[in-house]
Amino acid sequence: MTEFLAALADPNLPFFRYAMLTGIFASIPFGIIGTFVVVRRISYIAGAIAHCVLGGIGLGLYLEKAVGITWFGPMQGAVLVALLAAVILTLVNRHAEQREDSVIGALWAVGMACGLLFIAKTPGYVDPMSYLFGNILLVSKSDFLFVLALDILVLGLVTIFYNKLLAVCFDEEFAQLRGVSSGWIYLLLLCLAALTIVLLVRVVGIVMVIALLTLPAAVAGNFSRNIRQMMVLAVLFCAGFVVTGLGLSYSLDLPSGPVIIVIAAAVYLLALLGGRLKKGTL
Amino acid sequence: MIANHSGAAAISIHGLSFAYDSQEVLTDVNLEIHPLDSICIVGPNGGGKSTLIKLIIGLLTPDKGSVCVFGEKPEGARLRIGYVPQYARYDPLFPISVFEVVCMGRLGGSFTGKYRRQDKRQALEALSVVGLSGIADRPFTSISGGQRQRALIARALASGGDILILDEPTANIDHESEMHFFDLLTRLNQSMTILMVTHEVGFASSFFKRIACVNKQVVIHPTSELTGDLIRDMYGGDLRMIRHDHYCSTEGHQHD
Repeated sequence: MTEFLAALADPNLPFFRYAMLTGIFASIPFGIIGTFVVVRRISYIAGAIAHCVLGGIGLGLYLEKAVGITWFGPMQGAVLVALLAAVILTLVNRHAEQREDSVIGALWAVGMACGLLFIAKTPGYVDPMSYLFGNILLVSKSDFLFVLALDILVLGLVTIFYNKLLAVCFDEEFAQLRGVSSGWIYLLLLCLAALTIVLLVRVVGIVMVIALLTLPAAVAGNFSRNIRQMMVLAVLFCAGFVVTGLGLSYSLDLPSGPVIIVIAAAVYLLALLGGRLKKGTL
Repeated sequence: MIANHSGAAAISIHGLSFAYDSQEVLTDVNLEIHPLDSICIVGPNGGGKSTLIKLIIGLLTPDKGSVCVFGEKPEGARLRIGYVPQYARYDPLFPISVFEVVCMGRLGGSFTGKYRRQDKRQALEALSVVGLSGIADRPFTSISGGQRQRALIARALASGGDILILDEPTANIDHESEMHFFDLLTRLNQSMTILMVTHEVGFASSFFKRIACVNKQVVIHPTSELTGDLIRDMYGGDLRMIRHDHYCSTEGHQHD
């Protein structure tokens, strides 16, 4: 642990401080949006958006490197495709007569397939592994600024529309009866989830997004009496998992994303067991 | 929460038909409900009871015919309707307080959905009407079935509507809670029109003024005319009858 603290203070290792700060500030949208994802039970939708993001990343890489559009990179592509997936999934949820899970599955796979096709046609070598499994140590100053902007956006919109978001998650039919445009509120929720997922991909990668979006909120749910408490606890748990995971991964020389996820899963398991012991059902 | 009746029928339905895809659920339904009426909706499963309710509250649109609530289309009169859905469909793990649930009855007043001081006061007032002031901060999922049902009625009352619509509210509550529940409905009926879907025809006959059987079409009878033969006709076959003996609780229910 002393090595880890020394690395944080080392002026020659600025990326380490960025990683730590990004992880801590990113915990705010992860905890808040993760709470809505868990209570609304839409983690499978979050999974589909996450996998579609690879399509956006591939598109960004292709346009940047093969076509020469320098202002449109992987990050822009990821944001665009994640938002597009959020719109499609909202439309499917509201209007389509298809089975929703079939469309989610199709988007999930097609997003990844398009991403890999774009990457295959992009000149030079692109390693998809860094996108699939993420690496928080590679975050840059611009990533950190993106996190801060997302913090402000998520905190602002959730504060403004909190009651409507809560109503749509708890009882959509009743919210609709009270004149709430539940379709727009659901779209807002999915768009915020999409932006959060783009950020998560940078930290833990596409494959492990669902875990870091849902596990802190799921742990927090065991100790919360209302959604506000759950959000605060989820943010704190998430920050705790990221900091501990980074520290351990540095000390043990392991990849940071998987270590963060394993810690989150272990705490979730302990919280479940603790809850059962308390209720006497174990 | 004083009702404001404008003289028009509370609910007026003419020639209404509705189908899910090609499956017709309601055919040529005509129904007139007056202010301060109390109607119990019964009928076999799949007969169209919940569909009729959804058409009245404007969550579904008729294929043919019309539904008017106080002379307006349901979409325009939504804020005059208090709706109590079946609570069984709520997520048992959802962390939300009783007060937060009741406050939802005040949504719709502003673009952002922020509650003003007046909204919170009305939510507290509604909680006191149903006798739940003391548990406002308790998690909704930790209270008993009867209390949950009353909290959902408080949410409907907080809306300040003139019509209260309840969808099988007594399905999961015990006998004593059920008695309190009907006492509460009797009080509320002094200022509100009440419409309730139920399978418990016995209870309904003692509280409601009229009974509507929904089985693709709607037939209305005064509850004083309710007989075994009529119930058999309404459900289209024999029923298993469970006679509830309200005054012998130590003996339990008698089953015939």
